[in-house]
Amino acid sequence: MTATMTADAFTRLSRRQLAWCAAQAIPDGSYVNLGIGVPTLCANVMPADREIVLHSENGVLGFGPAPAAGQEDRDLINASKEYITMRPGGAFFMHTDAFVMIRGGHIDLALLGAFEVSGAGDLANWTTGDRRFPPGVGGAMDLAVGAKAIWVLTEHTTKNGEPKIVDACKYPLTAAGVVRKIFTDLAEIDVTSDGLLVRAMVPGLTLEALQAMSQPRLRLADDCRTISAPAA
Amino acid sequence: MAIDKIVPTLEAAVAGIRDGMTIMISGFGFAGVPNDLITAVLDLGVGDLTVISNNAGTGTEGLAALIGSGRVRRIICSYPRSRGSDRFDARYAAGEIELELVPQGTLSERMRAAGAGIGAFYCPTGVGTELAAGKEVRTIDGRDYVLEMPLRADVALVQAQKADRWGNLTYAKSARNFAPVMAMAADLTIVQAREIVPLEAMDPETIVTPSIFVDRVVHVDNDREWDI
Repeated sequence: MTATMTADAFTRLSRRQLAWCAAQAIPDGSYVNLGIGVPTLCANVMPADREIVLHSENGVLGFGPAPAAGQEDRDLINASKEYITMRPGGAFFMHTDAFVMIRGGHIDLALLGAFEVSGAGDLANWTTGDRRFPPGVGGAMDLAVGAKAIWVLTEHTTKNGEPKIVDACKYPLTAAGVVRKIFTDLAEIDVTSDGLLVRAMVPGLTLEALQAMSQPRLRLADDCRTISAPAA
Repeated sequence: MAIDKIVPTLEAAVAGIRDGMTIMISGFGFAGVPNDLITAVLDLGVGDLTVISNNAGTGTEGLAALIGSGRVRRIICSYPRSRGSDRFDARYAAGEIELELVPQGTLSERMRAAGAGIGAFYCPTGVGTELAAGKEVRTIDGRDYVLEMPLRADVALVQAQKADRWGNLTYAKSARNFAPVMAMAADLTIVQAREIVPLEAMDPETIVTPSIFVDRVVHVDNDREWDI
């Protein structure tokens, strides 16, 4: 028996590299909520030359990276239940006020995970409808209607290789038409009124190969960049 | 007569909790969870409970133990699925626990409404989604909102850092989370506090929960790591 292995000409970003790419795109001075999953990793790879204030819906503003081993404080965690540290200027408040900030339009940007994102910016990230896998909406719907902008951070395809960027979400929606930018382990894509625009891709990836892993039609930006993320 | 809300034991703290009650439990993840009070409720043997909590318990102790023992008929929460939420997951898959899933901000705002005497409120969260199905929708200044009802409980179990004998409270970092709003929204608010301090040791500028929202305080100086 002969098998032909076709090696991909590109390498997917690690979760940390994906978080790094999104973190580098956050404007200086922003107040930013980091959702559960890959987004919370952004706190560890924020650009050092900018002041960006991170918000966590359990009641924390102005947190920093994960603590060094042995420095964990069981009273100090983010919404992903991971240990964090505080930066000077940070604050604690009750949960209700964390959502006053979210719903009241005070958060500039929210970075969220996704099961699916559609070409129109619809987001599905709270339930698969499978009773063996209970739903979990958390603050996703509040952020989707309240944050001034929503970026999604996700693997480009599911574990089975199915596209997560789809024509229409098959899972129940978190919110319709809210996603502005999608960072995946392969590309950075803007959601525009003219459809999806590829702003950057990992080295060696072609638009044709990326299109084959995405349902909606993709367009290549004139100034499409090659992603160069630090190793690890 | 001197006001003294401090009770001597966990048993005294949870006295009067009965079958069928609705209980709010503070905490987000493992921070701020009143595990000793939850264990005292478990020891009481009461059942048919409705629990309101952000999560549905993880590991084998605290809320996971209460759910695992079949005492909880219904849970109202925003994020039951977590690493280690096996006790809840199993009961949910078997249809043995009712779940009311509420967007997280709506969950705490409904508590605030109950505590503040607000009859209901219009909220933009979840409009057009399954979680707003059947709810009244109203357009205000061109934007759609769903009508949300207050969420009240018979009892709130909360954890605090410091308490005095009146029940003024401060918290520790992100362990504050739901405690202040739950304290407002229950008929009986029971606090487990790591430290009890004299009235004059509390700075009025830094009290987070004023004593008016608190009914009982028990000193629990238990810093062990729970399996939650």
